[in-house]
Formats: sequence, C-alpha cells, structure tokens
Amino acid sequence: MPVENIVSIRQLTKLYRQGEIDVTALNGISLDIPRGEFLALMGPSGSGKSTLLHIIAGVDRPTEGECRVQGQDVAQLSESQLADWRNQNVGFVFQSFNLIPVLTAFENVELPLLLTRLNRRERRTQALTALDLVGLADRAHHTPRQLSGGQEQRVAIARALVTDPTLIVADEPTGNLDSNSAAEVLGILQALSRTAAKTVIMVTHDPKAAAFASRVIHLEKGELLPTEERRP
Amino acid sequence: MALPITYNLRNVVLRWRATLATVLGVALVVAVYVLVQSLAVGLEKSSGNTGDPRNVMIVRKGATAESSSQVTRAQLRLIQYWPEIARDDAGRPLLSADVLVLINLPRREDNGEANVLVRGISPVGIPLRPQVTLVGGRWFTPGKREVVVSRRLAARFANFEIGDSFSSGGRTLTVVGQMDGQRSAFDSEVWMDGDEARSIFDREFYSSLLVRATDDAGRAALIERIEGDKRLPVRGLEETKYYAAQTMTAMPIKILGNLLATAMSIGAVFAAMNTMYASVASRTREIGTLRVLGFRRRTILLCIIIEGGFLALLGGAVGCLLSLPMHGYSTGTISFETFSETVFEFRITPWLAAQGLLFSVIVGVVGSLLPALRASRLPVIAALKSL
Ligand SMILES: Nc1ncnc2c1ncn2[C@@H]1O[C@H](COP(=O)(O)OP(=O)(O)OP(=O)(O)O)[C@@H](O)[C@H]1O
Ligand SMILES: [Mg+2]
Repeated sequence: MPVENIVSIRQLTKLYRQGEIDVTALNGISLDIPRGEFLALMGPSGSGKSTLLHIIAGVDRPTEGECRVQGQDVAQLSESQLADWRNQNVGFVFQSFNLIPVLTAFENVELPLLLTRLNRRERRTQALTALDLVGLADRAHHTPRQLSGGQEQRVAIARALVTDPTLIVADEPTGNLDSNSAAEVLGILQALSRTAAKTVIMVTHDPKAAAFASRVIHLEKGELLPTEERRP
Repeated sequence: MALPITYNLRNVVLRWRATLATVLGVALVVAVYVLVQSLAVGLEKSSGNTGDPRNVMIVRKGATAESSSQVTRAQLRLIQYWPEIARDDAGRPLLSADVLVLINLPRREDNGEANVLVRGISPVGIPLRPQVTLVGGRWFTPGKREVVVSRRLAARFANFEIGDSFSSGGRTLTVVGQMDGQRSAFDSEVWMDGDEARSIFDREFYSSLLVRATDDAGRAALIERIEGDKRLPVRGLEETKYYAAQTMTAMPIKILGNLLATAMSIGAVFAAMNTMYASVASRTREIGTLRVLGFRRRTILLCIIIEGGFLALLGGAVGCLLSLPMHGYSTGTISFETFSETVFEFRITPWLAAQGLLFSVIVGVVGSLLPALRASRLPVIAALKSL
C-alpha cells in the first residue's frame, strides 16, 4: 500500500522584508509528511521552525514554492476560505496554551465546534469526548486559571482535536511545562498519531520531547539538514 | 457564526476595574439625558392629562392660549342658550365663563416672587372639571373674596395654607380650601369666584368659556356652529385637545436635554473607545487564537462591537437606576403658555428609560467601531507571537 502524504512541500521559500533587507526564513524546503506520522521539527532559534509550521497550518503564506495539505494548495485559498479550512483541517497547540481565560475548559474545547453545523447536543458530546480523551472530563467546568499548566495544555490538545482534524500542529507544546506534565502531553500526542492516525507536527528544542516523535528533522538557517532520525 | 454572548459578558466583568470608569461615565450621561427628558415628559403629561373629553373650550380666534384670549359678555349671551350645551336639573346651561389673572406672590422661604395663575370661574366650573377634587377646607363662596389653591402650589408659595390670606389688587383674599388636580394643569392654578375676580381685578371681558356638550354629536355640532357663526370671533375645540397642544414650555427643555446629551455623549464615546482599545490591546493573543481556530475577521469585529455596546448598556442601566429616585419629584418652572408658575413632576416612563438604554448602546457601538476594526485587522501571526 503506498503511503499517503498528508503534507507535501516543494521548494518552499519564505522571505520577510524588514526595512531594506530581506530575511530568508525558509530557503527552498521540500518535505513530505505521511499520514499518522509524528514529526518533530528541531533546530536553533531563528532557523525557521515556526515559520514552516505556520505555512503548513495556513496562518502564513509562502513567498515561493508550494505547500499542499491533503492535495489542497493552501496558498490558493482566500483569507476567509483559509479560516474555514483551518477550522476543519488543523488543530493547534501553542507553547503558552492560549486558552480563552473567561471560558471554562468545556467552553474552550467547544469553541471550534461553534463554526460547524453541529447542534448544541452534538457539540456537547464531542467536546466532552475530547476532554475525556486527555483525561480531564472532571475538569470541564474549571476555568484556565483553576488548572495547572499541564492541564491547560491538555485542554488545548482537546480543543485541537475536537473537530477531528487530519493535522495537529504544536509549536513547543512542552516549552512551558515541567517534565512530568511534558511527558503526559507528549504521550497524548504520540497516542494520537499511533492509534488515531493523526498527523502531528511538533516544533521543539528539547531532545527528550523529540524522542516521542516517529521522525525528527532539523532546520538550520531556513534549510533542512540531511540528518534525520526515524523510529518505529 | 458569532461568538457566544457569554464570552462578551464575562470579558466585561473580568475587566471591571478598567471598565468601571466608562460604565459610570455612560451612566452619568444617560442619567442626565433621562432626567432632563423626564421634565419634558412631566410637563407634557401634565397638560396632556388635563380636561374632560365631554367639554368644549371657547377662546378668541387666533389665540393660542387662554391668557391671550378674550370673550365678551355679548358673545357669552349669544352662546349660552344654544341647545348643544347640556343643562343642569334646574335648566341652567353647564357653562363656566372664566377669567384668568396673573398675580405676583412670594414663594416660600424667601425664594423670591413668582406669577401665579388665578382662575375665576362660575360655580358650575367646579363640576365641569371632575378631575379636580377638594383635599382640604371647602370651596369658595360666590361673591366672597375667597380662593381655593392647588395643594402642589401651596407647597411652593407662602400664605397658601388654609386660613392664610394674601393681598392682590389692593384687596385681601383668604385661602379657604386646597384642591388636587391629579397632576393636571389645574395643579398650577388658584380658583375663585369669576364675578368676584372680574370686579377685584377690573376685568370687562372673560378669558374663555368652558361648556359641557349634550353628547358626542352635540359637541361636534357645537364646534361646527361656533366655526360657522360669522358674528362670533371665537373658536371652540375639545378641552382635552386644547391642553394637549400646550407643549410650548416643554420644547426648550427637550432641546436643552438633547444638546446636553449630545455634548456629553461625545465624551462618553471617547471613554468607551479608550476602554475598548485597551481591551483589544490586552487581548491581542486571544484574538489571534480565535482567528487561528477559524473565526473570521468580521466575527471578531462584531464581537468587539457587541462588547462595547454591552458595556455601555450596563452604564445606561446604571444611569436609569440613578435617575429613578427623581421620578415623581415635583418641581416648577415658568410656563410659556400662561407666564405663571407651573408645577409638574419628573416622569421617568418605561419608554423614556428605553430611550436612555438605546442611547447608551449607540454610545458603546460608536465608541467601539475603531477598536473593533483594529482587532479584526490584527495579523494572525503577530497575534500569535505577542506574549
Ligand atoms: N514577522 C516577521 N518579520 C520579520 N522577520 C521575521 C518574522 N517572523 C520571523 N522572522 C524571521 O524569520 C526567521 C525565522 O523565524 P522563526 O520564528 O520561524 O524561527 P524559529 O525557528 O521558530 O525560532 P525560535 O526557536 O526562536 O522560535 C528569523 O530570523 C526571524 O527573525
Ligand atoms: Mg518559533
């Protein structure tokens, strides 16, 4: 059976214009990411990891080259099409969690579903299922302030997977967590890729975090290094 | 789809320290607006509340108010036995020939002097105005120098207690009773015997006639007959309509209220704008997150506008509550119709409160337009990077 590539990147370049000079954030990247892979993106600060992640996830646009996600050339979508596309296809996990402080865990998880056609009861079931999956069903009515960092990040993961997206992107999801919480969060991401065939792309500085991934690639000065590690 | 409204409500509550000043500012503006308008409403209510639908008021043609009207005794004689006018058991027409006189009297507590409207009426003038009731003492005796004063005027003028007397036109008048006009224009009047008033104040003519028509058809016929009679330079109209049209005094108050509210609302708009800008600035990352999750620019725009509107609505509600204790508080001003002291109440009607609330929402929405625009235009990436 041929491997289905969820993400397919060709000669991707991203320039940021800063005053007079152009900063090359990405320089001719080509990369394929198959379904169900848990990919760790490593590299020194400023190497373009976040930029690459943002382009794949449809929050930034490439200067040149092509980035297809499930066959869709993301750059072709208009601003509002892109918003819908992100809602349906991508789940986001951020370093600083980015939960909405005034909403409860349940409401935070339900948020992306407000943009779908689901009715209230369906949304409720789905949000509770997602919370259950990250082991926080009993915290549904707590606000982010009432949760620990690790719990907040697990709520954020529940929010990322509640719409059942193909792709989950995480930018240093364990950067603000202690090692126990980090291990929990990484375990969940790993399980998602293994048992639910979610494609997970994670930026990290931490080799221990990268050890949970099925493939690790390295960026430097906007280019992919030939070294890559694969694990079964 | 919009964000849930609870999101907006909780954000306003969360930021209550920052929003309190704006809420209070809007509250102040709305309170002032509602109070000034409630004066106009009170004035209009008092004139709109005056008269008996069965009565016809007869004044000189071209006179907009009784004070500038004259009806001669010859005209009275011509009209008084018309069959369209109802009679009492003794066969006398139900007609009161009134004479209006302004006299200057001292206010209570050395508060200066003011004009008071004295209405001299025929004895039948009392039952012709059933909304006026005696609340103390007795009615005046025809042929005597006795007056009955409105209880509300008595609260504002010296020498208006029962048994008191005051002098005017060189004669002394004694207060023998107090009446209540149920918040009508009669609450601003002093009543006495019409013939006595004409002799004391040296009046040849009457100011107006008030008659009770036999029935609805009779009333219409009467008005038509007066209109058609070329010998009579007078016109007849329903008493209630006459009073309802006496709204000149309320106009400048309304205009003042609107000017004041407009000026103050500019300040309130900027306060709301400031608050919402600050709110947007402190939520950059949150807004970016919403965008990443798939919420569109215009959802964000709407969300911030709703929040600003809600914030101001809160202020509006507080403003209405602040103004409420003044409801029913009675006050006085110089009437532009009678040029005398007219008493009326602050009247905060549900409609007026609703206007105040609407006004506050407009302030909030206008104030949050620019902040909302800024929020909706935040680049997603920048939003994600700001920590
Ligand atoms: N909006 C921007 N404007 C200008 N330059 C930018 C912008 N965003 C990123 N860059 C530049 O692009 C390069 C790559 O940035 P990126 O954020 O992708 O790095 P990173 O690998 O995620 O770094 P870190 O590990 O510190 O998060 C950097 O040199 C950065 O300065
Ligand atoms: Mg980064």
